[in-house]
Amino acid sequence: MITKTLGVINSTAPYGVSNGQESLDLALASANFGQEVTLFFIDDGVFQLLKSQQPIPEQGKHYSKTFPALTFYDIDDIFVCQQSLTERALAVSDLCIQVSALPREELNQQLARLDHLMRF
Amino acid sequence: MATFGLLVTHAPFEQQHAFTAYRFALSALALGHEIKGVFFYQAGVQNANSYQAGHSDEFNVHQAWVELSAQHGIPLNVCVTAANRRGVINAQDAKDNDRQGFNLTEPFIEVGLGDLVQLSQVSDRVIQF
Repeated sequence: MITKTLGVINSTAPYGVSNGQESLDLALASANFGQEVTLFFIDDGVFQLLKSQQPIPEQGKHYSKTFPALTFYDIDDIFVCQQSLTERALAVSDLCIQVSALPREELNQQLARLDHLMRF
Repeated sequence: MATFGLLVTHAPFEQQHAFTAYRFALSALALGHEIKGVFFYQAGVQNANSYQAGHSDEFNVHQAWVELSAQHGIPLNVCVTAANRRGVINAQDAKDNDRQGFNLTEPFIEVGLGDLVQLSQVSDRVIQF
């Protein structure tokens, strides 16, 4: 069976909406089923990767603790929009895992090579 | 001709996404394309809630999905975790959790996220609504 590639785009901030948590569930499940998964963080989605998050239970599960485990699921391609970081006065050093920060054009190239995209 | 999988992540009523997904399915089928399945995730699981009771002169998207599935043999898959979180449960869930009623019935079925992977494998395109 040809395994199709999946890009999961995260464009919303954590906790205010459940998107981040449910997107991560989907990414991990897809990787578990042998799909090649690439993660993207754009717009307010970059806030999901911030270090030292301390959500209270009412804001949802502290799912950002799972990001360092992504590599154990063979999810190694994690791309962040450089422009989105800059607009929010953030740098890759503010993030909890190693990522590649790419300009929009290169990000679009990465998106274009994938079979399916799902956005949260 | 292409094969499509539909991923519905929004609830009916407040937002148009689910209705658009349904209309997309009708159009694709009319043009001879194949819909391999619909997967309901996030708030999209509310599409499966049979307790929806709108006014009689309003479009009933739940019923529309049921008829679409019956006419074209399209599986209606609902992520069990996302559904249970939102109170969309089937008879077995109701029994297991000691609840008085249940609102998820066939042709909607509870599945895991692995079924979305399976749907994406057999679809040329997965379209998210």
